[in-house]
Amino acid sequence: MINSKYFFQGFKSIKGLDSPALALGASFIAIGALLKNIGFNLGQSIFSTFLTYALPGSLVMAESFLIGASLINIFLAVWLVNIRLYPMTVSLMPLLLHKSQPRWKYYLSCHFIAVSAWLIMKGNYKSIEKKHRIDFWIGIGTGTWSVAIISTIIGFLASDYLNKDMMIGLAIVNPVYFTCMMVGAMKSLQISLSIILGAILGPAFFFISPEWSILYGGASAGTIAYFIGEFK
Amino acid sequence: MSEISSNIILVILVTSFATYLSRFLGVVSSEKIKETSKIFKWFNCIAYSVLAALIARMVVFPAGELAESDILIRLFVVVVSVVMFLFTKKNLVYPTVLSAILLSLLNSYL
Repeated sequence: MINSKYFFQGFKSIKGLDSPALALGASFIAIGALLKNIGFNLGQSIFSTFLTYALPGSLVMAESFLIGASLINIFLAVWLVNIRLYPMTVSLMPLLLHKSQPRWKYYLSCHFIAVSAWLIMKGNYKSIEKKHRIDFWIGIGTGTWSVAIISTIIGFLASDYLNKDMMIGLAIVNPVYFTCMMVGAMKSLQISLSIILGAILGPAFFFISPEWSILYGGASAGTIAYFIGEFK
Repeated sequence: MSEISSNIILVILVTSFATYLSRFLGVVSSEKIKETSKIFKWFNCIAYSVLAALIARMVVFPAGELAESDILIRLFVVVVSVVMFLFTKKNLVYPTVLSAILLSLLNSYL
């Protein structure tokens, strides 16, 4: 059903020098501690990372829960902050689709689409035969997802020992890791421009609309970069 | 089950549904998109720039704990880490570990 050779090859991406384990771990430790502080129990915190597995979404959930937002407001806020997962999925799944593979693998494993697993897959897919890419992807996803769940547990249990400066230190690890990964991904003019323009326009649009800034900034930056790359 | 804990379960379910929705719709759309098509390339650019926008926002306008540090310190830490990343032949462990220690220290002593 799932080719174990490729599954484990993907799973092993969580160790090694370019491993996302450290960055993922740091941010989900922070999430575990945060969920404990807002009144979740251990089971609920695990359940949350297990089912959502997207960092900004969990942060928005925690903030909305604290201020007592309605379920529909929580839905909208989370959907908006996680809508980036749509272009991420559309720019990944066509690389993994293969006739011989059952569809359920794609609909189930899209749950693993998050920045870290996505960047690893984008950086490595060419080295895997197309037929086996989905199994390799399921391996990467299972690995990174497990790290997130275990770290949530650690963060929940360690929350009493984490002071504010340590929490701030943990919180910077994730953006630093992703910034480095993005710098490493700048291999073509189109992608480099997409990244640089996105990093400028995202915060710029924050002054116009904080909620929509990522989407507006990202969509306009990506479109400009696409056209410059195509017609140059 | 108490009212608060069943409420928490609902909040988690709503959050995960709102998150899975974009992933699910992405797979549905992917069935019709060839990896060699222009629309795939366009989505690829958008995916990278949306991520860059998200990360830049995390640093410039952070939510949660990070908001309590100074923006100049955060930018300094990010720049130092990227330089280290480039100088260590793209090793990701050193810059990430360094960034956490550096920000914790700068934030408590500056």
